[in-house]
Amino acid sequence: MNTDTHAANADDHHHEGGHAHGTFSSYVLGFVLSVVLTAIPFWLVMSGALPSKQITALVIMAFAVVQIVVHMIYFLHMNTTSENGWSMMALIFTIVMVVIALSGSLWVMSHLNSNMMPMHQMSGMK
Amino acid sequence: MSPDLLKLIFGRLGFESLPLHEPIVVGTFAVVALGGAALLGGLTYFRLWGYLWREWFTTVDHKRIGIMYMILGIVMLLRGFADALMMRGQQMLAFNGSEGYLNAHHYDQVFTAHGVIMIFFVAMPLVTGLMNYVVPLQIGARDVSFPFLNNFSFWMTVGGAVLVMASLFIGEFARTGWLAYPPLSNIGYSPDVGVDYYIWALQVAGVGTTLSGINLICTIVKLRCPGMTMMKMPVFTWTSLCTNVLIVASFPVLTVVLALLSLDRYVGTNFFTNDFGGSPMMYVNLIWIWGHPEVYILVLPAFGIFSEVTSTFSGKRLFGYTSMVYATVVITILSYLVWLHHFFTMGSGASVNSFFGITTMIISIPTGAKMFNWLFTMYRGRIRYELPMMWTIAFMLTFVIGGMTGVLLAVPPADFVLHNSLFLIAHFHNVIIGGVVFGAFAGITYWFPKAFGFKLDPFWGKMSFWFWVTGFYLAFMPLYVLGLMGVTRRLRVFDDPSLQIWFVIAAIGAGLVFLGILSMLVQFAVSFLRREQLKDVTGDPWDARTLEWATSSPPPDYNFAFTPVVHDNDAWWDMKRRGYQRPLTGFRPIHMPSSTGTGIILAGLATAMGFGLIWYIWWLAALSFIAMLAVGIGHTFNYHRDFDIPAEDVIRTEDARTKLLAGAK
Repeated sequence: MNTDTHAANADDHHHEGGHAHGTFSSYVLGFVLSVVLTAIPFWLVMSGALPSKQITALVIMAFAVVQIVVHMIYFLHMNTTSENGWSMMALIFTIVMVVIALSGSLWVMSHLNSNMMPMHQMSGMK
Repeated sequence: MSPDLLKLIFGRLGFESLPLHEPIVVGTFAVVALGGAALLGGLTYFRLWGYLWREWFTTVDHKRIGIMYMILGIVMLLRGFADALMMRGQQMLAFNGSEGYLNAHHYDQVFTAHGVIMIFFVAMPLVTGLMNYVVPLQIGARDVSFPFLNNFSFWMTVGGAVLVMASLFIGEFARTGWLAYPPLSNIGYSPDVGVDYYIWALQVAGVGTTLSGINLICTIVKLRCPGMTMMKMPVFTWTSLCTNVLIVASFPVLTVVLALLSLDRYVGTNFFTNDFGGSPMMYVNLIWIWGHPEVYILVLPAFGIFSEVTSTFSGKRLFGYTSMVYATVVITILSYLVWLHHFFTMGSGASVNSFFGITTMIISIPTGAKMFNWLFTMYRGRIRYELPMMWTIAFMLTFVIGGMTGVLLAVPPADFVLHNSLFLIAHFHNVIIGGVVFGAFAGITYWFPKAFGFKLDPFWGKMSFWFWVTGFYLAFMPLYVLGLMGVTRRLRVFDDPSLQIWFVIAAIGAGLVFLGILSMLVQFAVSFLRREQLKDVTGDPWDARTLEWATSSPPPDYNFAFTPVVHDNDAWWDMKRRGYQRPLTGFRPIHMPSSTGTGIILAGLATAMGFGLIWYIWWLAALSFIAMLAVGIGHTFNYHRDFDIPAEDVIRTEDARTKLLAGAK
């Protein structure tokens, strides 16, 4: 048989790369971090600790981003080598897309807003 | 019965919802009902229901699902093209005080349905079908990564198509244009069911598209046969990978935009309304973040098809494989940076417009590089002008014209003149017909012998080719002229009689394209009748280069008895050159996924839920939703997911092929 042209076992190559699994302590750590990262924004809103609402909103968003990272590391087990680096590649691609869509939309919409909303100059409302 | 009870049972649906006052629709309904009854009767008479259910509807075989996608695409092409003919007829007649034959209410639905159907239910199924059929074969796999998901995705796409078709006879379709911009699509200006049909048809089909994108990415990343590194993948597989990445990245945006629009319509939120802080411009911005990648989703696989066809029929390795791959990847990224060119005129100002104008022009560079790669592949090749190659050359000529008018439109000051004119209509039909449709036809004629074991009849194929190409130019070149003269799109009646001649020419062109479509249907029938003369016994009728031609035509259920090992791009060409001997012994049982009816049931329930939501039949929507959850969870307890094809069956299939091959020599 022409073994050169045919793989002996077709299923072998399906399992390369391997999946990382967390340990008990890494899950607990992830859980505790998520709870803390959720509790702080709650406390910020409930107590009104920061002087302006805008700053509070920005801080909450920052916590949300950290929360995403915690989930990716502790629950989705993502690192630079998982799935032969495909996870990292997919992550980078996703971030690029999200950054383009968000920053582009903000840029476009703020220009549209200042150019196309005559009400806004007349009454001075937001 | 009391009106309250009726409303509870039927929602907004009543006898007055049936378009009985529209003689054209009633006539269409009569024809469709008769044809449908004849089809159903025929299937029952020949006892084909069991066969269809077991072998096709419940199949998880990527090849059969691919073929079903193609059939869906061609059937919907007939509907979408009927809309096109109606528009061309209306615009040809509505001069000198004539109102034409379509009233505004009907005409607005026709142009909306035409766009929606052609993009979502013709181009997408044709492209997805080809990818589904070809990609696993090209990478030497036995099926896609998630075969059940593949079946489910297909039926969700059908579910969306069913909703669009239902809107023709029950209620009405949207009258908003194919992207349903608010505020027109908001409840205040479109209170009837049209926009709801639009939303739910796209949402149901969108689930299918997204899942099939995930499935094919996973297949290409994980199931390549040994030796096939990323840079040894056939170009069609590369373009499919990029297309599916685009699908997975962009379709969620469409889903969210439509979900926000439905919230505006159903529960009175104000995302896209005129007042209370809503911004219709945000809808336009978001939907084009999906919409621009969408056109690359359609055209990238077509580029892949042309690459395969050009190198096969020139008898040469593809020129500049690496640059082709990088051009594809660059287009994938750039396609996310240009969306604003669809609304230069909305008023984002000079800085924003120049940025997006420049990025749009930059996209023509990788696309131009591809064009030169194809030309250099043909250069000094021994070119065989068979049908797939003819479609490819027609594409190269046509697409370059479309590309150049595209670069014209990318210049913001020019766009202020041409925006929403017939010039734009001519431009995008030029690239979509010249690129995607010609690509799909090249792909169909190229891979048809692989799928069915016989070639398509060349005479009727050439008839179809010449009707399509001449018809296309006659239909759309006048629109460029009219667009430059300032005629805007979607007009129903005209005041200036001097324009009429151009619309008459365009209508004649559409008539020729109609003959092209008919010739194609005749071609399928004639080829089926002449299948013995056109038979392909070798599995490699074109002397081709990639792995799908290494197996028989049509391929066995398991695709390859042994997983091939690849040493070169153009793997099959390399195997042929090195004197590859097909193994005749040592066959083993092959592990395969089992058929399941869950996909079609889930999609049926999703369609019923969509129908309930469209007509405010809340009990139906709730019931179908709960049933979907139940069936979905129930399916996780189905442990009969796979089986082994016994070694004897494999031996029998492979021996039959050995006999066929011996007979061919």
